This record gives sequence, C-alpha cells and structure tokens, in this order.
Amino acid sequence: MNLALELGKTSAPEATLFWILGPLAVLAALGMLLAKKAVHSAILMAWVMITLAIFYIAQDALFLGIVQVVVYTGAVMMLFLFILMLVGIDSTDSLTETIRGLRPIAILAALGFGGLLVSLVGRATLGHEEVGLDTANAQGNVPALAQLLFSRYVWAFEVVSALLITAALGAMVLAHNHRVTSRPTQRDLSVMRFRTGSLASAAGLPNPGVYALHNAVDVPALLPDGTPAPNSISATLEARGDVIDSRQFQLGEAEEEK
Amino acid sequence: MLFTIGAIGVVVRRNAIVVFMCIELMLNAANLAFVTFARINGNLDGQVMAFFTMVVAACEVVVGLAIIVTIYRSRRSASVDDASLLRR
Repeated sequence: MNLALELGKTSAPEATLFWILGPLAVLAALGMLLAKKAVHSAILMAWVMITLAIFYIAQDALFLGIVQVVVYTGAVMMLFLFILMLVGIDSTDSLTETIRGLRPIAILAALGFGGLLVSLVGRATLGHEEVGLDTANAQGNVPALAQLLFSRYVWAFEVVSALLITAALGAMVLAHNHRVTSRPTQRDLSVMRFRTGSLASAAGLPNPGVYALHNAVDVPALLPDGTPAPNSISATLEARGDVIDSRQFQLGEAEEEK
Repeated sequence: MLFTIGAIGVVVRRNAIVVFMCIELMLNAANLAFVTFARINGNLDGQVMAFFTMVVAACEVVVGLAIIVTIYRSRRSASVDDASLLRR
C-alpha cells in the first residue's frame, strides 16, 4: 500500500481498493487459465471483467466502467456461455501436449514479455506527475468523452460503426445453415413414423399424467391397470431420477369410503 | 500482468473457446492500461482509445465465435489442435 501511495500519488482508499481487488483479478485470471471445465473459466473471466470495471470507475472513467459491465460482462460473456452450451461443456482439454516442450517455453516467453511490459509501463509512469481527470471531467465524464469523440475522432467513430455492421453481417453469414435436402413435410414425417418403429408409438407417445394436485411433466400417466406408463415421461427425466411417484396423488382408502 | 496470463493461456489451452477468452483477457488488460494512462496524463484520449478497443473487441468476439461454431458443426470438435487440414 505504501508503494502505491509514494510512487503514484494514489489516495489511500483507492490504493486499498487496488491492492485488494488487483490480486483477486490476477488469481481469477490464473484460475481461468488452469480450470479444467470451460464454464469455470467463463465465470472467472466474468469476475475479472467486473473487477476491471470497478477499477475504471475508481479511475474517473465512469462511462467506460458502465460500458464495460454492459458490453463485456453482459453481452460478450453471455455470448461465450451460449456458444459453450452449443459446442458442449464437456469438451475439456487433455493435459498432454502435441508439441513437446511447448508449455515451459510458452511460460518462459510470456514471463519475459511480461517483464518487458512492466519495465515499459514503469518508465512511462514513474517520472510523471499524476494529473488526474478533474479538469478534463469538468462538465461530467460523458459530455467530455462526447466532445472528444465527435470532434477529433469522428472518422474513427464512423469506421468503427461500419465495422460493427460488417461483423454482425459476417456472423449471420457464417452461422447460416443451408439445407441440402428439402424439409420433410408433415405427411412425410407421418409416413416415416408408421413405416419404422412399432405401431404402438406411431400415433405419438402418451402424455405425462394430469392430476388434480399436480400436472407437471414429471409424473407418469397411469395405464388401465393402475401401473405407471413408462414412456409417458421423457427419458432425460428418468435418467436424472426426477420422476415423482403418482401414488401420492391418488385418493386414499379412508377418503374413498366416505 | 493480466496480459501475460492471457498470452500464456492462448498458447497453452486447447479448447478453442478458452483460447478466445484468453484473447479477450489480453484486450481487457490493454484497456486497463489505456484508462490508467489517460488518468495520469490528464486528458481523455486514453479513454476514447479504450472505448474503441472495446467496440472492436466485441466485433471480434462475434465473428470469432461464429467461426468456432461453423468449425464445430463440420468437424464436431472444439479443439484447436484438430484444425490442421492446411498442413501437409
């Protein structure tokens, strides 16, 4: 804490914030690297983004902090999770390497690169007085940013919006699924159902049971002899063990006698 | 530091999506540097750069994930090592 105070002239509460959240962010990034399941990586990444947003807000970048939360944590991480669900969350990496010796070389190279970055950043910041953004933010952060964006950086702004449109179009083109066979009509599907498989299920499987107290999909329907029908429940629910016994919804002996 | 971790991640991990997330981490680390420098130098140019970087990164995530989905559909695997058809 003293280091940040002396070197950078940061105020004490901000130094505390940095030294508490900074290591947490680094730990989360390391965890994201080392996690076996991809979903854990995604959640740790979301934590890193939120930590960075807190840093931005603490450094007088209010607009950027909120945009970071909305765009990055909200949209980008959500997209990641969707694609993870699509691709399969069980696709974990094997820890053996195809290129031998890649891992130690990679870590060494990255550490060297990191040292280079640290030295560069140190050279750029240590000599300078920190000015702070109070004069730049005099009319509020958003108007000041808007002033810059639309005067000096108008061309970049327009180009970036063209880029956004192109990216959206590109994603649509890439994800487009072109059918090679024609779509089967209802008649085709019905004919297929009767020709393959048993006649018993050709007209469709029985629905789950509907009772007075419960009509969700996890209770089986009853056959005429009172036993539960096995194919009225989805196979996934059965495999998970989420099926409820239908006997608890039947009238008890005592009530029937009354 | 976050940048270094992201760089290690890109090289070492093999699930294409995790590699992508490490790339995003690197972009975020660069953004943080931008914002910090903006504050030190007292003008908002760094924040504008960080804003543009964020927008570009969002586009890149969209297109990259679409590419991953397409590759997955045709190759049924999300591992970066398997996409080696261009190699002799």
